[in-house]
Amino acid sequence: MTHVDHEEFAWRWAEAIVGTSYVPIERRVLASRLLGLTHQLVEAALAVEFDPSVGRQVGVDMVAAHFTGTETLRETLALIAEELPGLLDSAPPGVDAAGRVAQLVASMAAGYAGALRERSLDEQDAIYRAGLRARRQAEQALAASEAKFRAMFTEAAIGIAIADLEGNITDANSAMQRMFGYTYDEFTQLNILSAMVHPEDAASVWETYEELIRGKRDHFRMEKRYYRSDGGEIWTHLSVSLVRDEAGAPAYQVALLEDISERRRLQNKLEYQAYHDPLTALANRQMVTERLGQIFAGPAGHRRVGLCFLDLDGFKVVNDSLGHDAGDQLLKTVASRLTRCCSAGQLVARMGGDEFVIVVEDTAGAADMAALADKVLAAMAEPIRVGDHELNVTTSIGVVELAVADTNPEDLLQAADITMYRAKRDGKARYVMYDRNRNEREVARFTLSATMLAAVERGEFFLEYQPLVGLADRVLRGVEALVRWRHPTFGVLGPERFIDLAAESGSIVQLGRWVLARACEQARAWHDAFGAAAPFVSVNLAPRQLHEPALVDDVAKILLDNRLDPSSLQLELTEQALMGDEAGPLTVLTKLHDLGVRIALDDFGTGYWNLPDLRRLPITELKLAGSFAVGLQSPSPLADQRIVAALVDVAHALGLTVTAEGIETPTQLERFRAVGCDTGQGALFAPPGAAEEIDALLRAASPLCDVSGESL
Amino acid sequence: MEKPSWASDDLDIERPSPARVYDYYLGGSHNFVVDRRMARQAIDLWPELPLIMQANRAFLRRSVRYLVRQGITQFLDIGSGIPTEGNVHEVAQAASPQSRVVYVDIDPVAVAHSRAMLPGNSRADIIQADLRDVAAIFNDPRTRRLLDLGQPIGVLMVAMLHFVPDEADPASIIARYRKMMVPGSYLVVSHATHEGSPDQAGPHTELYRRAGAPLIMRSRLEVEALFDGFDLVSPGVVFLPLWRPDSPADVDDHPERFAAFAAVGRRE
Repeated sequence: MTHVDHEEFAWRWAEAIVGTSYVPIERRVLASRLLGLTHQLVEAALAVEFDPSVGRQVGVDMVAAHFTGTETLRETLALIAEELPGLLDSAPPGVDAAGRVAQLVASMAAGYAGALRERSLDEQDAIYRAGLRARRQAEQALAASEAKFRAMFTEAAIGIAIADLEGNITDANSAMQRMFGYTYDEFTQLNILSAMVHPEDAASVWETYEELIRGKRDHFRMEKRYYRSDGGEIWTHLSVSLVRDEAGAPAYQVALLEDISERRRLQNKLEYQAYHDPLTALANRQMVTERLGQIFAGPAGHRRVGLCFLDLDGFKVVNDSLGHDAGDQLLKTVASRLTRCCSAGQLVARMGGDEFVIVVEDTAGAADMAALADKVLAAMAEPIRVGDHELNVTTSIGVVELAVADTNPEDLLQAADITMYRAKRDGKARYVMYDRNRNEREVARFTLSATMLAAVERGEFFLEYQPLVGLADRVLRGVEALVRWRHPTFGVLGPERFIDLAAESGSIVQLGRWVLARACEQARAWHDAFGAAAPFVSVNLAPRQLHEPALVDDVAKILLDNRLDPSSLQLELTEQALMGDEAGPLTVLTKLHDLGVRIALDDFGTGYWNLPDLRRLPITELKLAGSFAVGLQSPSPLADQRIVAALVDVAHALGLTVTAEGIETPTQLERFRAVGCDTGQGALFAPPGAAEEIDALLRAASPLCDVSGESL
Repeated sequence: MEKPSWASDDLDIERPSPARVYDYYLGGSHNFVVDRRMARQAIDLWPELPLIMQANRAFLRRSVRYLVRQGITQFLDIGSGIPTEGNVHEVAQAASPQSRVVYVDIDPVAVAHSRAMLPGNSRADIIQADLRDVAAIFNDPRTRRLLDLGQPIGVLMVAMLHFVPDEADPASIIARYRKMMVPGSYLVVSHATHEGSPDQAGPHTELYRRAGAPLIMRSRLEVEALFDGFDLVSPGVVFLPLWRPDSPADVDDHPERFAAFAAVGRRE
């Protein structure tokens, strides 16, 4: 009964205080705890010996259980004052239950207040101590971080300086002090705007600095020069940061400086080496390329540029006879003389060996360059002393002066180079002005020479044939094969345009083999079509070909390939081909002769050979030079006629046949025939033409140029 | 990392700290004058605040016990605040003595105080860190000592995420935690909302904003969205008292008065 009342009381107590304090327990658990307290209060109220301090303990217990809300106390005391007496029906007589409850309430209030006060003080104490600990830890962390920063600042290998916004240096680490040679105290007396300025600073340096100070930028970095305290110069990589205050306004600046003087020196040295000739200290080819690149980089406008290309005459002789040291000494002297000839803007360079170049920007015309070349020649006229020798050194100079718009660096250099070679050919010790037309011819020559072999492969060459006609019967005996080049750019070129080039470059061997093969193919075709009436083909041999021992085998193979009788082929060579002391050409010629091939000595009468010498030559025919035909055409041809008659007689005596070249008129024809000349060749019969034109002649099978009916 | 305004870790006790204000709401005295002044202003505006905080604390207790029943014995309590009655390690260790708890708070005073309260407990520790510094929290030696990340853990973000503004992208922060949680782990969230008490929410938000700890009220949908990658445990996102109450008697007639959502999600 009582027990149920107690539970009822405890449940209502719980209802009253739930939510007034935060106690992390369920209402059921709360009610059961309050039931315990209820038992204690009831027991105390009913006790024989009344002890009001039980109330105090209940108050303390409530606080300990975290019932700390002020409302908790009000609700609790109200409930106890009003409802607890209802649980005290069993109070012994004489006990003042209401009075005891009042005392318990008072005691509980005191206990609760005391415990709450203690608890609050404890918690306040704890939180203040936590606050202090946290602050101490933060300070320690800050101190540690400051110590770390300070150590970093002091020990850094990089220079660090701090300055205010006016530029007053407020701190500088030891690396900074070493770099500049100032002590800390000296540094802190310095202002950036006076002590840290270098006269070579670009204007942008201090504009950038101003932007930083005014807060328009937070950072900049650059390479910058400074003076040390001892006046020496250092190059640094500078990095400056602006530090702002909490409001974001500029507060001070921190500069990091790395000494890059060494790196800079090395870099300069490497750069110098890359652009200079170590012997003469002049600029080198690389520098010329760079300078020309700069000149041609901008808009051409009306700007002009000049270039002298110099080559010492006979330098190799100096080197070979006096030694390389003497040669080097000579080059150094030449270099210094050239430098003296030039003004500030003109670039003198050694291109290599004994070649020098002078580049002149913004020339007014060719006269400028001519004057410069004259000056150089004059400077070189003075003998150069090398050791014990006085050397007279001359130089050949190619001079080019052009509008920038009309050329480019490569062409300019090449033109000057080619022009210099002309100065050499013209006799050295001079300058030659560049001539665009001549230069183009030289370039064309070079182009032809360089592309000839490929042109043979591509089939750009072809043959024309000119008849060789019996003078007595006007019957076609043979044809001379003449090579032509159908050049894609220059059109059809005659042999005079390329044979010498082919001989120089050696292409003549391949080209000559091709001509032989092609001519023999054609000879075969005529044999097939016309049998015994087919003409022999006469092919020109260059002197160089006679130096090729393989020629004999080549000829034999080509004849065999075309199933040709050797007598169907005639090889023409000039007197020059047999000049010289070497036995090789003659041996080759003899072998060809032994094969049965006809051998004609071309252009006879213009050169070296005289008649008695013909005896020892393995030849079968003489071709008289065109000059004889010219002589026979004159109104008083008697002398010439006698000479030709004598030549023909001697040739016949040696068993040689004679062909007259350059027959253009019936008169010439008749006169050659009259002295016994066997065959003739010339425009009178036919100019060189395609194989088909020979076909037509053969098909007609009639005498060529039948002039028998004409009066002479 | 730049310090977010809601996670001020300076030692200026002239400014209120959410952890100490919360302590005052719960009847504690672990607070300073500024904290109490702010708390009283808040209560003047919104007299139910202490009740709401109690309900929040009660949800924390219920959710921890729920997690222990699901077999979770490792807890990471982010924004743990000032220790008070019913701390996570007390609740968890009462349910399962082996339970281990790592508390995390950015308030250095709360951390110093927690550390003073914990020395006797070898299964609980606290680290001072920013909520967003996920790597620092999981790499901390105390975390590594106490939590086995190869096993499921419970991550508690109780009354925490409404201090994280949208600009800080709370969803991506949670995603970084999720990557560290093996499947079977749980995320516990309670979050302030304007839904249900729009009148008080505005001025209250303004008060916290002025105090330097802006408070972001979020809708139910927004709170649900925070659980991307988690399966919401029944009953889903609900007002605080409605999340698995101990008994029907504990549920207020107007749960929306509590102005906060509670939810627990399980890592898929």
